[in-house]
Amino acid sequence: MSETDAPGLPEPQDLRAVSASEGLELLMAPQRAVHDGGPEMIQLLTPEGQRVPSSRLDAIVDELTDEELRGFYRDLVLIRRVDAEATALQRQGELGIWASLLGQEAAQVGSGRALRPQDYAFPTYREHGVAWCRGLDPLNLLGLFRGVTHGGWDPNEHNFHLYTIVIGAQTLHATGYAMGVAKDGDVGTGDPDRDMAVIAYFGDGATSQGDVSESFGFAGVHNAPIVFFCQNNQWAISEPNYRQTRVPLYKRASGFGFPGLRVDGNDVLAVYAVTHLALDHARSGQGPVLVEAFTYRMGAHTTSDDPTKYRVSAEVEVWKHRDPILRFKAWLAHEGKADGEFFDQVDREAEQLATRVREGCLAMPDPAGTEMFDHVYVEPHPLIDKERAEFLAYHASFEEAHS
Amino acid sequence: MTETTLAKSLTSGLRAAMENDPKVILCGEDIGKLGGVFRITEGLQKDFGEDRVMDSPLAEAGIVGTAIGLALRGYRPVVEIQFDGFVYPAFDHIVSQVAKMPSRSGSRIHLPMVIRIPVGGGIGAVEHHSESNEAYFTHTAGLRVVSPSTPHDGYWMIQEAIATDDPVIFYEPKRRYWDKGEIGDAPDLGLHDARVCREGTDATVLAYGPMVKTCLQAAEAAAEEGTSVEVVDLRSLSPLDLDTITGSVEKTGRCIVVHEAPVFGGLGAEIAAEVQARCFYHLESPVLRVGGYDVPYPPSRLEEEFLPDLDRVLDAVDRSLAY
Repeated sequence: MSETDAPGLPEPQDLRAVSASEGLELLMAPQRAVHDGGPEMIQLLTPEGQRVPSSRLDAIVDELTDEELRGFYRDLVLIRRVDAEATALQRQGELGIWASLLGQEAAQVGSGRALRPQDYAFPTYREHGVAWCRGLDPLNLLGLFRGVTHGGWDPNEHNFHLYTIVIGAQTLHATGYAMGVAKDGDVGTGDPDRDMAVIAYFGDGATSQGDVSESFGFAGVHNAPIVFFCQNNQWAISEPNYRQTRVPLYKRASGFGFPGLRVDGNDVLAVYAVTHLALDHARSGQGPVLVEAFTYRMGAHTTSDDPTKYRVSAEVEVWKHRDPILRFKAWLAHEGKADGEFFDQVDREAEQLATRVREGCLAMPDPAGTEMFDHVYVEPHPLIDKERAEFLAYHASFEEAHS
Repeated sequence: MTETTLAKSLTSGLRAAMENDPKVILCGEDIGKLGGVFRITEGLQKDFGEDRVMDSPLAEAGIVGTAIGLALRGYRPVVEIQFDGFVYPAFDHIVSQVAKMPSRSGSRIHLPMVIRIPVGGGIGAVEHHSESNEAYFTHTAGLRVVSPSTPHDGYWMIQEAIATDDPVIFYEPKRRYWDKGEIGDAPDLGLHDARVCREGTDATVLAYGPMVKTCLQAAEAAAEEGTSVEVVDLRSLSPLDLDTITGSVEKTGRCIVVHEAPVFGGLGAEIAAEVQARCFYHLESPVLRVGGYDVPYPPSRLEEEFLPDLDRVLDAVDRSLAY
C-alpha cells in the first residue's frame, strides 16, 4: 500500500471494516480541534522556556534586540497588572464590567508588536494588550467599561479602531478598510514606511458568525492586505471549541483560498514571528492570512461570568503550566538577556501603573447629560436640536423651582 | 429641456457624484457589467473602472460591513441593496454599526455612506421584492432616510445624499423607475425639505416615494368633484420637515398620511402624533392614515388590494371631510 498524500488518514482497508458513518468519523477525526494545539502548532518556546528552532522563523526572532525582547516582557507584565487592577475596580463597583485578557497576553503583545505604525488594528473588546502596544493609555480603555463612553479614544491617533462588542462585526470593517488600502496603492510598493496591513482580531466563538465567513470571502476575492488574527481561547463564554467547529480554526482559511497557520498563543516569540510573517505577506500584496493563536482564557469571560459552572479546574491547571509570562521570563533569564534587577524593576513599574490607572478611573468624570445629543449626526439635525433644548429646559425648570 | 426617467436620473446623478469626487465608489450585487437588476448603475463600471464600481460577493452584511471599512479609510461608498427584502442580513451593520459608530467615536469618525434600496410594491414581484421597511430605519438614531419621487429629485437628491457626511438610507420607489419628468438646473430644496407639490385648501395629503404619484392622481380626481386637496411630498423621512407639514395642515385643517408600509407602527403614526401635537387647534378632524394592511406583503395577485390606491386615498379624504 503506497503512502497517502495526507498523513494521518486511515488506510482504506481500515474503513472497510467499519460502517459508513464510522468510516467518515475515522476520516474526520484527525481534522478535529485538539486540546494541546497538535503537531501543526508553531512554537518557539516550550512551556518550560526551551527554545525550539525554526528554519523559517528564527531569522525574524534573531533580528530582535535584547532591549526589544525585554520590552516584550515589560508589555506582558504591565498589561496583566492593568487587567488585574481593572478586575479589582469592577469588584469594587467602579467599572460596570470588565473583560479580562488573563492568559492571552502573549497572543496580544506578540501580534501587537509585529505591527508597524502605519498598520491598522480592529479589536474586539478584549484587546487591552494590543491597545497597549499601539500606544493607548490603558485609562482610555476603562471609559467604556465604566459607562462614561461607548468609545474612548481617537481611532486614527494610534491606528487602533474602537472596541467592537457585536461578535465578529469588526472583521468586515477591517476587510473594507484593507480593500481601501489596496485601492490607495499602499501595498506591494516595497517601501517599508508606506506598505501597510490591517489586522482583525476575533475569537473562536466569532468564527461561527456569518460576518467572519463573509469577511474571509470579501478579503479573498479582493486580495485585501489583512491578517485575520483569531485568539482561540478555547471558550466562547461557556461553550467550548467543539460547540463552534468540527475543524481546527486555522484550516478555515484554505476554503477561502488563503493561508492559515496555528501558533502557540502563549508563546510571545512565536506569535511575534508568525504575525510578522503574515503581515509581511499582506503588505507585499499577496493577500490575506489567517493566524489562529492557540491560547486559553484563564479568567472568566467577563466579570459577570462564572466559569466554575461549565469547566473543570484541572483544565485551568494544565494551562497555568503553559503561562505566557513564566516561560518567557525563564528564557530571558537563561539566555542572560535580563536579570533579577530588571524583573524587579518591571514589577515596580507595574504597581505604579496600576496605581495610576486606579486613580485615573476614580477621577473619571461622568459625561454631561447633553453629551448624548452631541455626536449623533455630523450635520445639523432638527430633531436632535429640539430634544437637546427640551432636555435643557426640563432640567432648568427644577433649578428655577429650587431658586 | 428633455424628459428622462427616474432610473436614468439616478444613473446621471451617480455619474455626476463620481465625476465630482474620486472618493465616491459604488458596490453591490450585479452592479458592474449588468448595471444592476434595475440598470441604475448601467455604464458606470465601463467608464469608472472595476475599482470604483465593484461587483460584490452575494452577501449583504458583507456589502455594508466592508463599506463601513471603506468609509473609515476615507472613501464615500454608495452601496446598492438589490431589493428591499434583502436588506435584513445587513441589518446589524446598519443599525448597530453604521448608525452608532460616529456617535460613540465622539464625532471622530464620520461615515459618509449611502445605502440605496429599491423599495415598495406594484411590480408583480415574488416574495421579499415589494417591501416598505422604512420604519426600521427612521426609528434608528444616527441614520438619515430620504426618498425621491421624481426624476428631478432623483438626480439631485442622490448627489446631496452622497455629499452628506452622515449615513443616508436612500429609498428608490421601484415602480416609479420608468416614470418620466424634467430635471431642473439646480436643486430647489435641501435634502431634508418637503415639497408642496400640489396646493389645495380642503385637506392635506402627506406622502413619499411611490405614493406621491398616487396621491397627486387622487387630488386630481378630487378636484373634479370640487374638493381641493394639497399634496405634500415628504422627500425626507428622517428628519421630517415638520415646518412644511405643519404649515400645510394649519392651512387645510385636515391631514391624511399615505404610505405603502403597514399602518401599525409605521411612519404615519409618528407623523400623526406630531401633527396632532403641533396643529391641535387647527385640526377639523382626526389625522387619518392610509397604508398597507398589517399582514406580510401578499402574493402579487393580491397586491392591488394591499396597496393604497387612488380610491382608498379619496375614501380617506371623504372620511376626513365628513367630520
